[in-house]
Amino acid sequence: MTTEAVAPLLVIRGLRIEGRAEESWHEIVCGVDLTLHRGEVLGLIGESGAGKSTVGLAAMGFARDGCRISGGSIEFDGIDLRAASRSVRRGLRGKRIAYVAQSAAASFNPAHRLLDQYCEAPLIHGVMGRAEAEHDAVDLYRRMQLPDPDEIGFRYPHQVSGGQLQRAMTAMAMACRPDLIVFDEPTTALDVTTQIEVLSAIRDIVDQFGTAAIYITHDLAVVAQMADRIKVLLRGEEVEEADTRTMLAAPREAYTKSLWAVRSYQRDERPPPPDAETPVVEMRGVTAGYGSLDVLHDVGFRVHRGRTVAVVGESGSGKSTAARVITGLLPPSAGEVLLDGVALPPDYRRRARTQLREIQMIYQMADTALNPKHRIREIVGRPMAFYLGLRGRALEARVRDLLALIELEPDEFIDRLPSELSGGQKQRIGIARALAAEPRLVICDEVTSALDQLVAEGILRLLDRLQTELDLAYMFITHDLATVRAIADEVVVMKEGRVVEQGPKSAMFRPPHDPYTELLLSSVPEMDPDWLDRLLSERASGVGGATDAPAARP
Amino acid sequence: MESPITVWQAIAALLAFAAGAAVVAWSFRAGALALAPHAVARVLRTAPLTASFGLVVILAYVVVALLAPVLAPFGEREVVGGEYLPWDEVHLLGTDNLGRDMLSRLIYGARNTVGIAFATTTVAFVVGSVLGLLAATVGGWLDQVLSRAVDVLMAIPALIFALLLLTILGTSIPNMILVIALIDSTRVFRLARAVAMNVVVMDYIEAARLRGEGLGRLILREILPNASAPLVAEFGLRFCFVFLAISALSFLGLGIQPPTADWGSMVRDNATLITFGDITPLLPAGAIALLTVAVNFVVDWMLHRASGLKE
Repeated sequence: MTTEAVAPLLVIRGLRIEGRAEESWHEIVCGVDLTLHRGEVLGLIGESGAGKSTVGLAAMGFARDGCRISGGSIEFDGIDLRAASRSVRRGLRGKRIAYVAQSAAASFNPAHRLLDQYCEAPLIHGVMGRAEAEHDAVDLYRRMQLPDPDEIGFRYPHQVSGGQLQRAMTAMAMACRPDLIVFDEPTTALDVTTQIEVLSAIRDIVDQFGTAAIYITHDLAVVAQMADRIKVLLRGEEVEEADTRTMLAAPREAYTKSLWAVRSYQRDERPPPPDAETPVVEMRGVTAGYGSLDVLHDVGFRVHRGRTVAVVGESGSGKSTAARVITGLLPPSAGEVLLDGVALPPDYRRRARTQLREIQMIYQMADTALNPKHRIREIVGRPMAFYLGLRGRALEARVRDLLALIELEPDEFIDRLPSELSGGQKQRIGIARALAAEPRLVICDEVTSALDQLVAEGILRLLDRLQTELDLAYMFITHDLATVRAIADEVVVMKEGRVVEQGPKSAMFRPPHDPYTELLLSSVPEMDPDWLDRLLSERASGVGGATDAPAARP
Repeated sequence: MESPITVWQAIAALLAFAAGAAVVAWSFRAGALALAPHAVARVLRTAPLTASFGLVVILAYVVVALLAPVLAPFGEREVVGGEYLPWDEVHLLGTDNLGRDMLSRLIYGARNTVGIAFATTTVAFVVGSVLGLLAATVGGWLDQVLSRAVDVLMAIPALIFALLLLTILGTSIPNMILVIALIDSTRVFRLARAVAMNVVVMDYIEAARLRGEGLGRLILREILPNASAPLVAEFGLRFCFVFLAISALSFLGLGIQPPTADWGSMVRDNATLITFGDITPLLPAGAIALLTVAVNFVVDWMLHRASGLKE
């Protein structure tokens, strides 16, 4: 791209940012350099806590509450943002530097229409008048491939979908035609199929206006599609920076290589169970829903001992509802759930304690799954005390065994509170609590989607090891096909409450597919920087078999 | 003629009081930090000066209430001299409309008013929070029945409702405690239910339910620890309201009955003195105000801690 001798748009030198915790300041960004030319897209990647977002916000001369920029220089188009007055910085934000947040749903004001929020920045900065801004909004909505661009601006944020909201937000950031946009994980909260639409829309618009961008993400495959250059951060320090293709082909540092290697984790499919074996859990013809609305229609699948069944689909496809039926939280209106061939009472309150014990659950958000006021000792110990009647020394010994099993040092962790653990450690405690009941089936509800890739891989490996050691059956709910590829034996694909395809993993990943499975599979970003272009052109020409390929209008 | 001087004196007195309060609060915190065990000291260190002041005042009231017979120079109901005697060496704050020692009655009043308010608030809290947590946890028709009943009770103005009930039931201290507790428990119910509603939807509650935990354990071990911070803060606020309600009822003649010393009725009984420029009847009112302010200072601090805000 444009890397000629003209002065760069943004130059950050030796940036240091401190955060306040426990009454003292700690450095969270330690001397990061960054140069960005006009029209260039820089990808910032790293795990959570690496300081990606903090650096991204600093590019606007902004530090979050409880943070302060303590050293270095930030120069935007010749203006020193650290020395500039508040009003100068305010004049730049929204007009020449814009920001797109991770959660558009949380960033829009729910009380105002999209169009009103769009017009705010142009009017405040005096870039254009109201009528002009509205006209411009419709044009940008169209370029962002939003449905019904003339009318969508009159809707409120809750009236459009998450992917549309994210695109509306990008359009809003474009309103004043800024020189620089900071994208902070704009697609992390979206389904793979929606992600494609947003990615292609963002890329088109950045190309059309020659805007420079900082693209923050933890997803390598996404950054490969979006960025010209990639910078890897680790604990507030730069690991390495290189041209995207160079970086993908030949990462220099060990840490970068480890990030790259994660995506290749995969285990072989286990041999199928003998036909005569009774499945641990079987769903038969289950129809269930909330009120008069049916969310599941005639859903059926089996989970065998020692095997992993991955249930995949977009959000709203009924994956989690299926889990709620199995656990008894949502009694079905038709069909039944069998445990070892015996029908379970539909309502969990009518199930016997042993039946409850055999099916355990691991939750997506470990933060809300562990009682913040209980210590690890109690969280992990309670199921043992409750189901197995363990007390005193025996209980403590068992808790320690279990902590060792999930690879946490017992002495160090047994008396901690959940708030004193990292995300991955919390998830391990969630696993330990499920295992404490000595279950036969463990339902894993998106257990890795809130975690960084390296941590997520650790969790997957742990689950896999435990499965072999304890002969557990897993029902693995996920929307991430990379996870499915990694650990599944069988795959159940769901769409709109129906099972569209099911079978062993090897068969699932081999064509021919059901069109919907094909759409899901082809939407998983790949590390190849040309992947998105190729996919979009394939979909545009109708190759690939996707029936309702989105965002690919010629 | 002399009014300008009194205004200046009043301002000077106020400033002196504020300075004194700050010094007292500061030295209390310093002293407590030195003496308290480590865990308590860690919490205390976060207390702002206002909160330390509040703690000192509350502590002082508790001491006075407990040691009333020792501290008071005369008996609670003892007629010791003429009516409305001015302040002098024997009767430091003079005497009231029946010739009883004002200071002694103020001291005994702490015992009665604060004690009864504490008992009432406790009853209101036990009833309100147990029902509120139960409604949130069980849900369904139980929640409907309890919530609608509370709506009905809350629709009637509190003071008028209390007067009405006390007229029907007759005025006695147990009746008053129960009536005020009933009225205030509706407010506690609403708060406890609202707070618990936010906790009940958490995954760890679902996990506990799926484990097959009983209702008691669910409420006491899983939900209550996560709902306790706002409830404790509410306890402080509620205490003030109850306190004022009792004083108001006493002032209206339906609360604590004579000859029991009580700050609310002491204001009423001696109100005529104000006409003569004597500030003595304002002292019990001041005692009420000071405790209310002190409790609120402490509550502010606890709410601040509970909300996890920094600075």
